[in-house]
Amino acid sequence: MKIRIGLGSCGIAAGALKVKESVEAEIQERKLEIEVQSTGCIGMCHAEPLLDVIDEQNKVYSYGYVTPKVVKQIFADHITGQSPVEQYLISAPEKDCDFLAGQKRVALRNCGIINPESFQDCIEHKGYQALKRVVTEMTPEEVISEIKQSGLRGRGGAGFPTWFKWDAARKNPGDAKYIVCNADEGDPGAFMDRSLMEGDPHSVLEGMALAGYAVGANQGFIYCRAEYPLAIQRAELAIKQAEERGLLGKNIFGSGFDFEISIKQGAGAFVCGEETALIASLEGERGMPRLKPPFPAQSGYWERPTNINNVETYANVPWILVNGGKAFSAMGTDKSPGTKVFALAGKIKRGGLVEVPMGLSLREVIFNIGGGIKDDQKFKAVQMGGPSGGCIPEELLDTPVDYDSITQTGAIMGSGGMVVMDENTCMVDLARFFLDFTQTESCGKCVQCRIGTKRMLEILERICDGEGREGDIELLEEIAVKVKEGSLCGLGQSAPNPVLTTIRYFRDEYEAHIRDKKCPAKQCKALITFQIDPEKCHGCGTCARKCPAKCITGEKKKPHVIDQDLCLKCGTCLDACPSKYRAVTVE
Amino acid sequence: MSCTSQCSEQQENDIHKDAKTWQPLQELLAQYRGKKGSLVAILQGVQTIYGYLPQQVMDYIADTMKIKPAKIYGVATFYTQFRLKPVGKYHILLCQGTACHVNGSERILTAISEELKIKPDETTSDGLFTLDCVACLGCCSLAPVMMINGQAHGPLTPDKALRIIRGLTAQEQQACEGGSN
Repeated sequence: MKIRIGLGSCGIAAGALKVKESVEAEIQERKLEIEVQSTGCIGMCHAEPLLDVIDEQNKVYSYGYVTPKVVKQIFADHITGQSPVEQYLISAPEKDCDFLAGQKRVALRNCGIINPESFQDCIEHKGYQALKRVVTEMTPEEVISEIKQSGLRGRGGAGFPTWFKWDAARKNPGDAKYIVCNADEGDPGAFMDRSLMEGDPHSVLEGMALAGYAVGANQGFIYCRAEYPLAIQRAELAIKQAEERGLLGKNIFGSGFDFEISIKQGAGAFVCGEETALIASLEGERGMPRLKPPFPAQSGYWERPTNINNVETYANVPWILVNGGKAFSAMGTDKSPGTKVFALAGKIKRGGLVEVPMGLSLREVIFNIGGGIKDDQKFKAVQMGGPSGGCIPEELLDTPVDYDSITQTGAIMGSGGMVVMDENTCMVDLARFFLDFTQTESCGKCVQCRIGTKRMLEILERICDGEGREGDIELLEEIAVKVKEGSLCGLGQSAPNPVLTTIRYFRDEYEAHIRDKKCPAKQCKALITFQIDPEKCHGCGTCARKCPAKCITGEKKKPHVIDQDLCLKCGTCLDACPSKYRAVTVE
Repeated sequence: MSCTSQCSEQQENDIHKDAKTWQPLQELLAQYRGKKGSLVAILQGVQTIYGYLPQQVMDYIADTMKIKPAKIYGVATFYTQFRLKPVGKYHILLCQGTACHVNGSERILTAISEELKIKPDETTSDGLFTLDCVACLGCCSLAPVMMINGQAHGPLTPDKALRIIRGLTAQEQQACEGGSN
């Protein structure tokens, strides 16, 4: 018997370390011989902390929402009593889990299954098999041809064919060539790269080494966000393990191929997701993009041919070279083969990481796998592609998830963040939120991006503040086109997308803000007031005690009143009012 | 003048004398001397040693590593990770990612700002708390989230966030009283 505990960042944040401690204490107390294994994230972040019980027949029972108290129950009823604790069981041999059933895991194949810190586990799960075969049996051209057959497209956002980049970097001359792994996952709302690096770092290293062999590079860098300390720590350990066993370093598998990997920490700049900016940052400079061509495949890191792919792309590579490019292209659609990892977040019931074949509809991903909207509210839109993407409304929920169909809606696939929104999300405020982000992150090189995003943000701010003017929507559209046309890199070219898609699909909300001075979603502070219904208020005083502005007054057991001049509109009173009264209203 | 700024000035004056930071700084610079393109890594190292980038240390690096001060300052101000002011004992990173935003992170920000009487990027006058808003911590399914000294807390409500902060304040007060007894 074995117990497996999910120790990804989100699991740890949800209290998985305490669960592990109590499991170890129970084992000691009951004098049992059970192996406790740590693993990465299986993707069911909504149910963290997670604990699997694997019995002698290798049957897996997965528990969710585990606390030390639940651990005691699992030990009493399941482990010593042989009857699983139904209440916390998410999946079992006879009980399929909706969240996992619709998935096809290629990039995430080992996440949540193996112990990411155990080299033994990695080898048992086909780790470095592809590398061994490739460096001893295949030519670099054959590798590139296999990747071409798979149809793999870059998973970082733009969806550029991977083989094409590799081929270009291979053919361009240079006394040295470099492989870079972009792990600077800056899209707010996407966390698949973090999870992959935390849950299966060896797959990423192996993918990079394979790219190195194909391109003719001997040096690789992982450019990782400093905000991901656990991912960096596990990748460092994995590099050390691989080096000790000769799977990275000199003369790999006796083939004469050398490949080293080191980690460079990013210092926090969204624009560094752009290839040329990333290279500038690797060279210790301000991360500002430059004109292309020359492309990095021609002149990249220290002006040498450089191939840059993102974490998820590299994680797919070993699978393709073990199972064949055909097996990969058999999944997904014609133009977008394979699978894609999505980060489901926002107002969704079962948030987490999912990997599905391309071509599944948004509806299937959000409702069948994600379980629909939290608190059974109504679906309003899904935001895809982060600050470069857009909002897709309900009427387009049957859009298949592939690069081209998503682009047609005005959003982009991006790195795969899907933030789901319900009726309580204000679309104007959301556009303001993204513009605020891109405006802050604009590196300042191009005038249109630097000043255009600032002007657009100012207009959106005044609309949210109830000071919008007639013609503001048209002005936004006009500036948006100029920003797109006049910017050098992807950041500026796509920064207006969140504004354009919300205007396209939710124009009525903009008009309500500007003409009626109303926020239909009741989110924009300047356009709402919190009131206490004197007929419903029982004067329990809970809201007054919790109000951070101390602006609610009233006698005990008598209706209370909010002083509107002092009110911060934080909504604490709304949450605090007991559900049996529901006396606080928003207008 | 507040206590923190006095302390920091004093600290800056002592940079050459404080063996606790001087030694690691020398080791850091030795590691990167002669290696081109190391400025970001050097500054990250300096921030690990001092908790922020003191002006005097940046000047010192410019002198000894032969890098123009303007370039160092340019890089230091370009990236959000670098801080030119010292941080409080508890560094609150409040996530402002998309998932946190739609789940009400702004209300958390209002509550924390009101409680500690500071705005983002400021430190409380007792030097205990620094509040920073960050783009995304990657814990979207726990939204809204904040991270205090590396530990993530979520999903938050304004009330829950305040309880955590008041807990830390109480802990500090106890330690203070314990120390004076």
